[in-house]
Amino acid sequence: MIRRLFLVAAALLAVAGAAEARTVRWAASGDPNTMDPHSQNVGTVTMVLQQIYDALIARNQRLGLEPGLALSWSQVEPTRWRFMLRQGVKFHEGEDFTADDVVFSITRSLQPTSNFGIFVDTIDHAEAVDRHTVDIVTKAPDPILPNKLASVYMMSRSWSERHNATRPQNTRQREEMHTVRNTNGTGAYRLQSREPDVRTVLVRNNDWWGWADASNNGNVTEVVFRPIASDATRVAALLSGEIDFVMDPPLQDLNRLRQAGNTRVLEGPEVRTLFIAMDVGRDELLYSDVRGRNPLRDVRVRRALYQAIDIQAIHRTTMRGQSVVTGTLFPEQVNGYVREEDVRLPYDQARARAQLAEAGYPNGFEITLDCSNNRYINDEQICQAIAAMWTRVGVRTRLNAMPLAPFFAKIQRDDSSIYMLGWGVPTLDALYSFQSLLATRNGAQGDGIWNFGRYSNPQMDVLVQRMKTETGEARQAAIRDALRLYREDVPHIPVHHQMIPWAMRSNISMPHMANNQPYFRWTTVN
Amino acid sequence: MKAFFDSDLWWSFTRSPVTMISALVAFICIAGAVLAPVLAPHNPFDLASLQLMDAFKPPAWGEEGDATYPLGTDDQGRDMLSAIMYGARVSLLVGFCAVIFSTTLGVVLGLLAGYLGGRTDAVLMRIADIQLTFPSILVALLVDGVVRAALPREVHDQIALFVVIFAIGISNWPQFARTVRGSTLVERNKEYVQAARVIGLRPLAIMRSHVLPNVMSPVLVIATLNLGFAILAEATLSFLGVGVPPTQPSLGTLIRIGNDFLFSGEWWITIFPGVALILMVLSVNLLGDWLRDALNPKLR
Amino acid sequence: MFSFIVSRLLQALPVMLVVSFISFAMFAYVGDPVAIMLGQDFTEAQRQALVQELGLDKPFFVQFLTFLGNAIQGEFGLSYRLSRPVAELIAERAPATLELALCAAIIAMAVGVPMGVYTGLYRNSWLSRIFLTFSLIGVSLPTFLIGILLILVFSVWLGWLPSFGRGDVVRLGWWSTGLLTWSGIKALILPAITLGLFQLTLIMRLVRSEMMEVLRTDYIKFARARGLPNRAVHFGHALKNTLVPVITIAGLQLGAIIAFAIVTETVFQWPGMGLLFIQSVGAADIPVMAAYLMMIAAVFVSINLIVDLLYYAVDPRLRIGRGRGH
Repeated sequence: MIRRLFLVAAALLAVAGAAEARTVRWAASGDPNTMDPHSQNVGTVTMVLQQIYDALIARNQRLGLEPGLALSWSQVEPTRWRFMLRQGVKFHEGEDFTADDVVFSITRSLQPTSNFGIFVDTIDHAEAVDRHTVDIVTKAPDPILPNKLASVYMMSRSWSERHNATRPQNTRQREEMHTVRNTNGTGAYRLQSREPDVRTVLVRNNDWWGWADASNNGNVTEVVFRPIASDATRVAALLSGEIDFVMDPPLQDLNRLRQAGNTRVLEGPEVRTLFIAMDVGRDELLYSDVRGRNPLRDVRVRRALYQAIDIQAIHRTTMRGQSVVTGTLFPEQVNGYVREEDVRLPYDQARARAQLAEAGYPNGFEITLDCSNNRYINDEQICQAIAAMWTRVGVRTRLNAMPLAPFFAKIQRDDSSIYMLGWGVPTLDALYSFQSLLATRNGAQGDGIWNFGRYSNPQMDVLVQRMKTETGEARQAAIRDALRLYREDVPHIPVHHQMIPWAMRSNISMPHMANNQPYFRWTTVN
Repeated sequence: MKAFFDSDLWWSFTRSPVTMISALVAFICIAGAVLAPVLAPHNPFDLASLQLMDAFKPPAWGEEGDATYPLGTDDQGRDMLSAIMYGARVSLLVGFCAVIFSTTLGVVLGLLAGYLGGRTDAVLMRIADIQLTFPSILVALLVDGVVRAALPREVHDQIALFVVIFAIGISNWPQFARTVRGSTLVERNKEYVQAARVIGLRPLAIMRSHVLPNVMSPVLVIATLNLGFAILAEATLSFLGVGVPPTQPSLGTLIRIGNDFLFSGEWWITIFPGVALILMVLSVNLLGDWLRDALNPKLR
Repeated sequence: MFSFIVSRLLQALPVMLVVSFISFAMFAYVGDPVAIMLGQDFTEAQRQALVQELGLDKPFFVQFLTFLGNAIQGEFGLSYRLSRPVAELIAERAPATLELALCAAIIAMAVGVPMGVYTGLYRNSWLSRIFLTFSLIGVSLPTFLIGILLILVFSVWLGWLPSFGRGDVVRLGWWSTGLLTWSGIKALILPAITLGLFQLTLIMRLVRSEMMEVLRTDYIKFARARGLPNRAVHFGHALKNTLVPVITIAGLQLGAIIAFAIVTETVFQWPGMGLLFIQSVGAADIPVMAAYLMMIAAVFVSINLIVDLLYYAVDPRLRIGRGRGH
């Protein structure tokens, strides 16, 4: 009898044990290059760190704002936001989470070695009111501060000081920083081991405050991340069952993955828009055969190039349907989006030729299109197709496609006549795009820092300033006017919003997220 | 001409069906490549003629095939047959030029080393030894990288083809030099060369008219075998993305592009260039093997 | 003997110097690590500060001398991409590449030598013809294509073997090995075959032709005339004499294997030095690339040295001091 009981207990334990170990083996093409939460503002880093660290404000499955480490927040004065913190939260290594840690983390992300400037650029300082209340003081009124703070992760002051990591990691330092390979967050998963480029293992933090909330219904106990750069290998690994979840499957393999029986594909948009930007600053283009004048300064030429693009063909063939064709600067998930302004100039080759002739280029001209070949989904193929389309209306296009490193270096030197760029909006607010891409570059932090065509329109600058300070309906009006101006002045030729299909084994279910970040707190394995 | 058909070489050729077939295949490859502008149904480099709507057409015998595109089209609507013909043209051009380059360099240096001996010989052979310790593909990668770094991108793109030829060529001269030097050493001490020297012929003249003809047959064999290698080296460099510029895709470039479509059912984009590459290299290698055996009667 | 080693070492020095210069020069102006490290948002002042801190604003030769001085102490700085000491990164990856290269070499030797001997002895048998055809195809197939085809067949269609990575590894001190776990061994099979195939065909053809050359020497004819059995002639005399060039080539090819590992590791995502190198090229990670090339050069120089010494040991004629004329 006792022996039988023992057997039953053992069997139960075995079942429980089996239920315990639910591992997701996850692959993507890129590996995070640091574990420091304030050092690199890139998706490959965030996709791992947001499992480990919490921000004051969390995002829900539709990317809306929700209480995170702060239970509530309010703008007590125009330049002062107050955050009431969650109590009883502990870091993975046991430290209590307090207001002091918030002050520390905000200060840390304000350091010059931080890459998160755009999220904290308006913050003057943070101060603890009591153990669980924090005030953040901004230099000017900042209506979208909570949106930005959803990207700023909270670290422990005592842990960071103990490990000599009070500044964000920076390669300038000759010694390796503790935070490059170690983490101590409050989040749903803990970093168990990290071998750069090989594997990163996360284990479930059963003490996470969020598990109490029913919406966090994930049952994953372990996440093994492995970078696999080769497209073909990544798909092969998923098909052969060595990997459970691929975040960036190549578009051409989606059909196969859909039909494979034991894999499935989740589709959805990303908050990232591809567009073609042009040198409208110089009097003569660097890479063209037109001498003495810059054809791209003529809005008719910009419209001609716009209308020469058969966007539906690119959508169907190059993107295999995995794109959202657009006529505007950002997708609808971004605050400020106006559907009426999301209209393309129609594809019309005859009209394109006519406008070129009107502008004084009846025989077209020559130009070099700069393009990355490993940054966005099918970027080189899109550029090839566009080059062919422009050539057909007489703008003989040479394609200069290169890897992301030399590509970014080239455009950041203002050394391009026309180039394709993809722009994500982590704050989910229109200002981020307008300020970085279209404001006149004037040396002020954030203004025009990615405006490499040197587009400069006083009207646009005024609207950007209004977006920075105004609130409510007035701000929305400024955004609407800016979008209208964007359509009329054609500073960019919009291409599309990227879709980001995720592929996984059929036994895994997780919500598809438009910020291209998997959330294992919402992931279940059967 | 008659002398040729009476020769041992021709006799051994007619006795080997494999050789005849490979000669035929090689001939077709070369003819197709050289005459691509005339024979190819489309011009894959003419951007204005590309129709994106024609992309991903399967080969003509497939269900959705289109007779205009016998081997199907790639992701940009480019005709695969034409792309392969033009691509083979680039591959062969690089291969031939690289081999000619390394042959010339190797033969000249080998002759010098073998004939002059002494310090020249020691230095040249030491360099050859050192270079031989490095795999030629690595040397090619290095040379290509240095030139790439030294030149601005726009200039580089225009001369990229020459850079690749130079890189592959320079990585192979030691083989030629060593062989020629060895043969030269043997020939130099033969009586007829000694006699030529005694009657006062200049070293250059002796080398050209007496030594050179006698070392040509091993050189020819190495050159043929090297052609296969050079084509493969170019394909590998292009596959790694550092070879010829994408505006002039070689077979290696086509395979790299097609590789992305291998699992998705559009197999023709990578398989056909791959088959063309293998056929070309295989036939050249078979010819080289046959040539080596035929020219080396001891082995027959 | 001693002076022989010293002279070889002295010859190695300029080689290393040239390679270090090339490896530095090659990447000094490729890509822009600053752009990558700064990411999407930065100011001009931040950029300038970073350029200065990295020493990228100094003259070329100053940068090179700094680099050389550090390299001699095994100090290659911090990887731009991973912010970790380069020496540590390479040490982490070295076991993977060395295990792969060694297995490939063993496969190449273990299969190539017997096939070469067989085809050399029985030149006209049908099996020899099959071997020869096989070797020709092996020589004519580019490595990357072989790898892709093997993945297609054995991973995707048959699902027998993993298509990427090293499987589970066991740590033995600083060395990590995949040879002690079943998944590690399974993961090793396809890359090792891919990498070894070219060398295999090379060794087979080499052994074959050497065998054929030796078999027609007077010395073998005398041995036969003395009435020695075939077996003794073939293996006691002929094979022994073919071994000298085979050792040389096999030794030198070990270097080639490590170099070709770049391609194989890329195809199989094998976490070795070649993959590290290619990933670093993509990110313009100069310290890693420079260190890798210097290390490869050091490996080649040492292999060359060892081969020379083996030669010296195997071939008594060399001891008279005639050099390597051959």
